Amino acid sequence: MKHRGRYGDYGGYYVPEVLIPVLEELEEAFDRFRDDPAFVAELADLSAHYAGRPTPLYHAKRFSEHVGFQVYLKREDLLHGGAHKVNNTLGQGLLAKHMGKSKLIAETGAGQHGLATAMIGALLGMETKIFMGVTDVARQSVNVHKMKLCGAEVIPVEGGTGTLKDAINDALRYWTAHVTDTFYLFGTAAGPHPYPMIVRHFQSCISREARQQFLEQVGRLPDMVVACVGGGSNAIGAFAHFIDDPDVKLIGVEAGGQGVATGKHAASIVAGTPGVLHGARSYLLQDEEGQVLDTESISAGLDYPGVGPEHCYLSDIGRAQYVAAEDADVLETFGLLTRIEGILPALESTHALAYVAGLKGTLAPETVVMVNLSGRGDKDVGIVEAHRPLE
Amino acid sequence: MKSYSDVFSALRREKRAALIPFFVIGDPDFDNSLALVKATIDAGADILELGIPFSDPIADGPTIQKADIRAVRSGMNVRRAMEFIRQVKQYRDIPIGLLMYYNLIGHYGTEAFFRDAHAAGVNSVLVADMMIDDAGEVLGPIRAAGLDSVFMVTPNTSPERMRRIAAKTTGFIYTVSVLGVTGSRDTLSDSVQDLVRRLKSLTTVPICVGFGISKPEHARAVADAGADGAIIGSRIVGMIEAHLDDPARAIAEVSAFVRQVKAALSTSG
Repeated sequence: MKHRGRYGDYGGYYVPEVLIPVLEELEEAFDRFRDDPAFVAELADLSAHYAGRPTPLYHAKRFSEHVGFQVYLKREDLLHGGAHKVNNTLGQGLLAKHMGKSKLIAETGAGQHGLATAMIGALLGMETKIFMGVTDVARQSVNVHKMKLCGAEVIPVEGGTGTLKDAINDALRYWTAHVTDTFYLFGTAAGPHPYPMIVRHFQSCISREARQQFLEQVGRLPDMVVACVGGGSNAIGAFAHFIDDPDVKLIGVEAGGQGVATGKHAASIVAGTPGVLHGARSYLLQDEEGQVLDTESISAGLDYPGVGPEHCYLSDIGRAQYVAAEDADVLETFGLLTRIEGILPALESTHALAYVAGLKGTLAPETVVMVNLSGRGDKDVGIVEAHRPLE
Repeated sequence: MKSYSDVFSALRREKRAALIPFFVIGDPDFDNSLALVKATIDAGADILELGIPFSDPIADGPTIQKADIRAVRSGMNVRRAMEFIRQVKQYRDIPIGLLMYYNLIGHYGTEAFFRDAHAAGVNSVLVADMMIDDAGEVLGPIRAAGLDSVFMVTPNTSPERMRRIAAKTTGFIYTVSVLGVTGSRDTLSDSVQDLVRRLKSLTTVPICVGFGISKPEHARAVADAGADGAIIGSRIVGMIEAHLDDPARAIAEVSAFVRQVKAALSTSG
């Protein structure tokens, strides 16, 4: 299945020549350190005491009652920084340190990966620059402020729609000119090889823990695992240790925006065609010429026209199923979970919840569904208020 | 059709390096872009490097990225770009290298793209985001279409990799003068002369230098280091951007600049 970063026909390294030696250096370092006992011990210690792993697996009884089957939330929202992103930034940050790099750069959409990188930059004493589209800087100002408080420089990126795609373009350009001392801490399971492999590795703790927790708390594996998909890092982490369990259905929920039929969405697998962007072949939202399209979603973290290559492969072979949730349903579900469980989900993660809420009444009551609650929604309160003002 | 070897052999006899301007096809629009290219040919260009605009050009800096956006908005696409190239070739038989991003080629159909490009009068295609190890995807169709191959070498390319790149290159090696993306720079990188010399010791394939060649003296310096050509992109594209409201002035400035570079390359060293 995998060959030089290939997942079936997807993935690869479609980058300018200047980045090839750097990506090879990164792959070598990852191979050297991933199972190195000192590296593993350092990461385990920080994951436990800095980030807050393991995260709980919570049986959301009132939400379960509402939908008519058993819903368990994997509480990645309780991690330091408020999202699953820290799993990856701790891993890659330590890798950067072991490689002798002194500076970190990262792209960010919603700001969660930017914040998680800024935290690790502060923790490890590394100079950090975060590239963020101007649209996202405006709609995620709280995270921008937090990144700056952690000492990171936030670089607003114009061009395109000023969202995640544009931030990645500029981060890649900056990296090209600063490859010697700078580590590009890529946030999602997309981009050129070896990033999809590295991000999957550091995020797979989600499903490793969840699998064990299901066996202990429920006595069996879930029937279904549901996660939102932008680039796909939390989803690949939530799927990884269930992929070999054929009875566990895997569902990725993409951003349906104003509806897939309107063209205003970010549902790459649901509505895209194969293409090459940011170093990898994946499903891509593009026009008939191959120009990459602008995307639209209420959630900045899912606002991306490509998607991780392994998800494309899992979709093609039928192992995972990909669907889309629309903004309106996401807002509805945000309100629901908040009112009946007292949990504010990130709008990204709410896509997964919205799909599950949509299954209401269609599954047997004993059905067990895990939703990866990848982040908390504090950052989104302003957006929700703008769309659904409180009385 | 004039080949690269025709041009490079003639220039070697004259002990002169090729002057290679770069344009984004359709920047700022079809007609003005064509007028710019023709004026540059009249001003002494030996080879043309042309880009078909792409929405996300990750090897390019802001100047060329903006040109790509202008050209796409003006309605440029792959089919119209082929027509543009036909019109350039009708004006003058000058070798043309295309600089592309892979997604446009893959979408058009790899074999059809190279076949149609050759039929339009293109000599070579460089795919900016395709590395040598995966080049099998394009090398077969490039050769089958009768095109030359062009690949990049950068300051961090190892000697072993340089040899492999040279072995797969039939047109010229596009030598990137700096670690970074395209863009005008005030000074030429100190390492570029050394890079050209190292490449020259490894291969007889012509060496053309690009990225950051912004002044006549930069072109002269890479020629003195032994390069067979100097590629000038962002400086020229910047002149187009500076005079979007006055295309005639852009044409006059670009022509005057190209003549200066030509003069710098023509004086005996």
